[in-house]
Amino acid sequence: MREVDRRSKHSRRIFLKGAATAVPVAAVAAGVAVNIEGAWADEASALTPATMKTLLKVARDIYPHDALGDSYYITAIKPWDGKAAKDPAVKALISDGISRLDQNARDRHKVAYAEIPWESDRVVLLKEIEQSDFFQKVRGDLVVSLYNQKEVWPRFGYEGSSAEHGGYINRGFADIDWLPKA
Amino acid sequence: MAKFDLNDSGVVVIVGSGAGGGTLGNELAQKGVKVVILEAGPRIENQDFINDEWDSFSQLAWSDARTTSGTWRVAKDFSGLPAWIVKAVGGSTVHWAGASLRFDEHEFRVKSTYGNIPGANLLDWPVTLAEMEPWYAKAENKMGVTRTNGIPGLPGNNNFKVLEAGAKKLGYKTVHTGNMAINSQPRDGRGSCQQIGFCFQGCKSGAKWSTLYTEIPKGEATGNLEVRPSSMAVKIEHDASGKVTGVVYADEQGAMQRQKARIVAVAGNSIESPRLLLNSASTMFPDGLANSSGQVGRNYMRHMTGSVYAVFEKSVHMYRGTTMAGIIRDEAANNPKRGFVGGYEMETLSLGLPFMAAFLNPGAWGRPFTAALDGYPRMAGMWLVGEDMPQETNRITLDPTVKDKFGQPVASVHFDDHPNDIAMRAHAYKQGSAVYDAVGATVTYPTPPYPSTHNLGTNRMSEKPRDGVVNKFGQSHDVKNLFVSDGSQFTSGAACNPTLTIVALAIRQADYIAGAMQKKEI
Repeated sequence: MREVDRRSKHSRRIFLKGAATAVPVAAVAAGVAVNIEGAWADEASALTPATMKTLLKVARDIYPHDALGDSYYITAIKPWDGKAAKDPAVKALISDGISRLDQNARDRHKVAYAEIPWESDRVVLLKEIEQSDFFQKVRGDLVVSLYNQKEVWPRFGYEGSSAEHGGYINRGFADIDWLPKA
Repeated sequence: MAKFDLNDSGVVVIVGSGAGGGTLGNELAQKGVKVVILEAGPRIENQDFINDEWDSFSQLAWSDARTTSGTWRVAKDFSGLPAWIVKAVGGSTVHWAGASLRFDEHEFRVKSTYGNIPGANLLDWPVTLAEMEPWYAKAENKMGVTRTNGIPGLPGNNNFKVLEAGAKKLGYKTVHTGNMAINSQPRDGRGSCQQIGFCFQGCKSGAKWSTLYTEIPKGEATGNLEVRPSSMAVKIEHDASGKVTGVVYADEQGAMQRQKARIVAVAGNSIESPRLLLNSASTMFPDGLANSSGQVGRNYMRHMTGSVYAVFEKSVHMYRGTTMAGIIRDEAANNPKRGFVGGYEMETLSLGLPFMAAFLNPGAWGRPFTAALDGYPRMAGMWLVGEDMPQETNRITLDPTVKDKFGQPVASVHFDDHPNDIAMRAHAYKQGSAVYDAVGATVTYPTPPYPSTHNLGTNRMSEKPRDGVVNKFGQSHDVKNLFVSDGSQFTSGAACNPTLTIVALAIRQADYIAGAMQKKEI
């Protein structure tokens, strides 16, 4: 059978290189401790970096795929910042939603949501707000913004558009080789 | 290409260009009848179709406002999207899968066969299989249906091979790559299937029959057919004698136009067709056009549906190749011993990753959901499609508050499953899972119905005017020169996919209309 190459072409290194360009050169040169991992969140304008980072954690907890690096989730949630910049209602929805989640986390675990070590404990908190507008909107957006990334598809063995490759007539539409003989 | 004057009162105006409207338009044009087709959507040729589920959805789907109610899960998960159908020239023949099956004999006489089922508004069709057989034959020949007319079946893809192996292990007998209106060899000026997948996104190679590139250009070539895209019908008008006189529609610029007509045929799919009749209410017809029976919009059927996806140890890549070229027919017969009347088909189905995420279990999240998606390359899938019970309360009505951009009330779709539908679905989930378990599935997922693709029954045929909206030729009981030409005329839904029957009825209706015009009856 022709298998799909599931190695990431959207590598972490390339992603970080891209993010690093946003870091002031002077800061890097001076050796100032800039958290490159968090640079993407610092680019947010309407939402705070802390909110963006928590949103990333929420996104990972909603659709956890351990084989996917953060970069795909960041791509999926980043547009919320732009939407929040344009619409104060969206800004409030996300900021307040994250604040509430953090508050619930502190009440229960004495730390912010993103600091709770076990996913299962964080999921309990998400379950409690499952019916909220915040959760519904974030999940409803994420189911498209995560799984509709073309870079994500090969990671799930999905090949996307095929017509320009002549379809699958010569590319394994009937190459299954493990079925018991009928 | 023909261009008819708005004041030409000799034309037949058809609303909609899909399986019913597009076929009727060509058939009439071939007989020398002048036809104007008003199509609400744009004309998008097949080379412009997109192999991308969400982008294609934006390009083709009917996304105008609709509202929903009832206990069906679609009303909760996709409240504004009761149906997944197409707004473009070719209608839903652009995104249909191609499955082309004839009704069984008993499926034309469900009341006689099933008897009194509480809550079901069953009625025998005013037409029999024997009467329909020659029209089915014409439709199969026109559409190039595999396993008819000496056309070989399509080759089976990976998804089919899994289905077939499981079915044989279970002892099912009628298992093959389907009766598909998809060329397995070049025919009718169109090439053979390239196993692209993306059948639902419009067939870029044109191997799949669609009125867009078969009936419509053939009709246009006669000089008797004019198709007006981006023309949304808003009202059918009539004269003092109660005969229809024309259709008011919004043109591409949104300006209202009035096309006069000798005959009007409504073929806008089972949600828009009754909506148009209801929105055409007048002093003479206060409950809507053709609605003296009160049945316009009622008996909305959407088929008992569901899917089963199964994950295996090794790869399947179900998305490769023809989406629905695979069927098990052993459960299609009526066998009430199973605990329900009517039957169902099991047909191969696949979704790409984006739609699988959206439709596998809408609203679900967390590890159980992502574990399922992690199995995507090792997944096989089938669609379950069976006869659902017509119920008077399953219904298209005009929404009391929501209006479209032309000020017309939008359609509101109410649906509740009948207990027979629920019993059938439970059986189908069990059998579908058993098919995959038989060849080593490690897990199976009974997947809920998607927004409706088979919308049926809302202007049903009946022998007696009090029981339905149209007669055996799709002609309104109330208004002689008003016809219904789509799946809304179905008296009952049968187990199988409806398109072949819609096309067969349209060919037959064209014959009837042309004859009646010649005899000056209409």
